[in-house]
Amino acid sequence: MNWVIGLGASTLAKINGVGRAFLMLSGALIAVPQLKNVRLTIQQLYVVGVQSLLIIMVSGLFIGMVMALQGYTILVNYGAEGSLGPMVSLSLLRELGPVVTALLFAGRAGSALTAEIGLMKATEQLSSLEMMAVDPLRRVVAPRIWAGVIAMPMLALIFSAIGILGGHLVGVDWLGVDSGSYWSIMQATVEWDKDVVNGIIKSIVFAIVVTWIAIFKGYDAIPTSEGISLATTQTVVFSSLAVLGLDFVLTALMFGIN
Amino acid sequence: MTEHLVEIQNITFSRGERLIYDDISINIPKGKITAIMGPSGIGKTTMLRLIGGQLVPDKGDITFKGNSIPAMNRSTLYHNRKSMSMLFQSGALFTDMTVYDNVAFALREHTHLSESVIETLVLLKLETVGLRGAAQMMPSELSGGMARRAALARAIALDPELIMYDEPFAGQDPISMGVLVKLIKALSEALSVTSIVVTHDVNEVLNIADYVYILANKKVIGHGTAAQIKASDSALVQQFLQGQADGPVPFHYPADAIQAQILGAKQ
Repeated sequence: MNWVIGLGASTLAKINGVGRAFLMLSGALIAVPQLKNVRLTIQQLYVVGVQSLLIIMVSGLFIGMVMALQGYTILVNYGAEGSLGPMVSLSLLRELGPVVTALLFAGRAGSALTAEIGLMKATEQLSSLEMMAVDPLRRVVAPRIWAGVIAMPMLALIFSAIGILGGHLVGVDWLGVDSGSYWSIMQATVEWDKDVVNGIIKSIVFAIVVTWIAIFKGYDAIPTSEGISLATTQTVVFSSLAVLGLDFVLTALMFGIN
Repeated sequence: MTEHLVEIQNITFSRGERLIYDDISINIPKGKITAIMGPSGIGKTTMLRLIGGQLVPDKGDITFKGNSIPAMNRSTLYHNRKSMSMLFQSGALFTDMTVYDNVAFALREHTHLSESVIETLVLLKLETVGLRGAAQMMPSELSGGMARRAALARAIALDPELIMYDEPFAGQDPISMGVLVKLIKALSEALSVTSIVVTHDVNEVLNIADYVYILANKKVIGHGTAAQIKASDSALVQQFLQGQADGPVPFHYPADAIQAQILGAKQ
């Protein structure tokens, strides 16, 4: 019977954790906006957004290049290499842009957020904010959530744009696909609302989930070195799984049901 | 009759299954230095968190200026916290800010003073703790003693009525310790601030404390002025004051008899 007790206890602990995560989110976001917090959000945008730019751009470039190379070798057999443009751009805008950006963001910015907030907790900085009558949810948590939610869709768009240029570099400049057909078929095929907007919506959903997981894991971490190490690992694992799982659900909702 | 700034009335507090306090009462007289002493792990820091409203007792009441802290709503509690401050054991300085910005933090958050007035106030507070020259240093560049003094300057930034010191002397060299003892005494006298010093450094604190409480075994085991405490006939109090390894607080953590455990393991 012990395993039943164990299962019950761990289920209750998980539900309790979800409750705490919602309390943290509502405590941070349900507040009157203040100019001071806008400034803090811009600072955080620099940390989570601008500082993630390089990894996003380099990854986007290589993924675009690889897709063009792989796509070309298949399409050329059917004489359809002219469709390389839409293949690269649709894959990036619908799937790879939002998903890979979210995975990279979880590894680059999410883990940093968890470790930073976990260490602030371990070194009593969060407690000291509370004792100075400053709510850490509004001062520390809220600007980071907003920054993550604003930064990720922009990073995903940059990822896709650089990826399309990478595809052009390999497909057109190296393998000799006609530049005009690369762009014109892409322009004719990619739809603003169905492809671009849906990609942005996906990215916003991933942004909320990844940033929320990262910040909650730090805020709820056991304030020891093992606790913070575990929380950082969990951030990357949980947010990656959540992104991949949610991607399927969102794709089914957006493209699967006609 | 002495006026009490903080009154802890018959509180019981437990963490999970573990009972920390069993029906204890402590009064903190206004404008005085009150020491709360006791062995490690007795929950002295927990007491400060209860007074600061970060924890809520299971039973009993804690009042600050006559108002019940556990009964306060969030905004009233935050309003009251502006009149108290706490010096954390680690200093808890914000590591991404200079010493100057750390001290200016509360002033920028809670007042509408101009930056030039804030500068004057911050430099005065840093001068009080002897760190005006370190204003532009980062917390990582400070020694342990300097970090605690910087945190003290931050704690007095808003001129609080109550300062809670959590183990202010722990891990300090004799010079830093002497400086901190002098500062706590000087701040208490100069600003008439009420001080609560939680510590297990007996000699340092008995020199400056106006009143002393000793906690052990979930209870207050002794209280009085420093002289009264030194003259206490309680074996527990004397064990603590003289630092004896064994006594009413046993050297061994409770366990089965060693013979039974070792022989039992071999069988």
